[in-house]
Amino acid sequence: MTSRMDVKKLVLTSNYAAAYAAKLARAEIISAYPITPQTTVVEKLAEFIERGELKAKMIRVESEHSAMAACIGASATGARVFTATSSHGLLYMYEMLWWAAGARLPIVMGVVTRAIAPPWNIWTEHADILSPRDSGWLIFFAESAQEVLDMILQAYKVAENEQVLLPVMVGWDAFISSHTAEPVDVPSQEIVDEFLPPRKSAAFLLDVKDPVSHGNLVFPDFYMEFRYLMQRGMESARDIIRKVDEEFGKIFGRRYGGLIEKYRCDDAEYALITLGGSSGDAREAVDKLRENGVKIGLCRIRVIRPFPVQDVVECLSNKEGVIVVERDISMGLCGVLATEIASVLFMNGIQPKFASFIAGLGGREVSVEDFLKMLDFSLKEFQRGNKRVGPHWYGVKEEVIP
Amino acid sequence: MSFKVPLTPISRPAKASVGKTGLWRFLKPVIELKKCKKCGLCWMYCPDIAVTFDEMGFPHINYDFCKGCGICANECPTGAIKMVREGL
Repeated sequence: MTSRMDVKKLVLTSNYAAAYAAKLARAEIISAYPITPQTTVVEKLAEFIERGELKAKMIRVESEHSAMAACIGASATGARVFTATSSHGLLYMYEMLWWAAGARLPIVMGVVTRAIAPPWNIWTEHADILSPRDSGWLIFFAESAQEVLDMILQAYKVAENEQVLLPVMVGWDAFISSHTAEPVDVPSQEIVDEFLPPRKSAAFLLDVKDPVSHGNLVFPDFYMEFRYLMQRGMESARDIIRKVDEEFGKIFGRRYGGLIEKYRCDDAEYALITLGGSSGDAREAVDKLRENGVKIGLCRIRVIRPFPVQDVVECLSNKEGVIVVERDISMGLCGVLATEIASVLFMNGIQPKFASFIAGLGGREVSVEDFLKMLDFSLKEFQRGNKRVGPHWYGVKEEVIP
Repeated sequence: MSFKVPLTPISRPAKASVGKTGLWRFLKPVIELKKCKKCGLCWMYCPDIAVTFDEMGFPHINYDFCKGCGICANECPTGAIKMVREGL
């Protein structure tokens, strides 16, 4: 084995895996503001810089709004930029998120998903990362520390592709991922350099020798065209995400299936849909049901934007029933994933039985048992001829509701 | 249409599309060079890049584009810049 193929096996939390990924990607500018549970991402990066292992400039700022503004400025000069945030931090930079996307800057940001206050809560929920889904950011979501590392490397390659040139956020769950240590294969710098050469592409560059202003006023006669170009970037990204995953697999030996990960799905009559860290429990629940002869599979959403329309349609077109379990609620409607999947199915003329569950808000545990209960309930309802189940607030304590 | 939009709107320095913006001014900064210490703060603070230097290092106002905001007069540490009402 040559040295470029050397892999270090380290025990890392998802937060540390993210820091290793930013280091391996040779991020040149890092600007972030600390927030639980993201803090250790940036702490680790500061440590790398301090030890001289990462040649990057850490820009300290007074808020997340400024952190994203600093990333925008840096990325506009052509630098490779990394940042990370969570919950209120992400909301605080909300305006700047749109700015980064509209300026077509390939920034990569880690989002450690956390509930939004009040009530104050530092545990996982997907309300934060799903909020900016209309902003023009690509939104990826990882399940394990290994996937966090791999996904961040892939994210730069996708973001910097000239057909995309849009920023990417990579999400992982507070604590169940962010602070849970797992064995992670950390590739050598040489091989990552081969996969991810220095950034070359840009929609424009800030250069003192050739000054430009960007973000200019555009009147109604041309504004729409710029939004159309962003949407075109998003549409192109689907294929590029698949190709990058394929290329990554050839080099590193790990592939994730592109925009969705299918588990025991092909011959399944029912599909469970999940996002993020609970998917491991969901997989175990699927295995248990399979042992009892229920033909069920898992479809884990890895990419929320661009939404995996074709992948979801292909995966679900021949299913008897679809069950969505998600850690978010769009107040006044139902879960975000359920809404989007139902809309994609409807627009493609597919109408399976459909169950939707809101579960695990504010970090409440969603265990294998919980998945089994939700699946069991849904399958029974389907068998009774009920085609639409929920949206159901799983495990809500009715006895304390006034 | 032969014109194509870029990915994101950018513009290069050019003569202002609204012409010489100095016409907007009703107070104009006048520099008393005897009091000037050549510190360059007027140049640094000017939001319109309307301050230039001569070979001696003294600042001068480009009245074609100075909008008369008065920031230079406010920042000048020696009081060398006075805002004077434009003649009507």
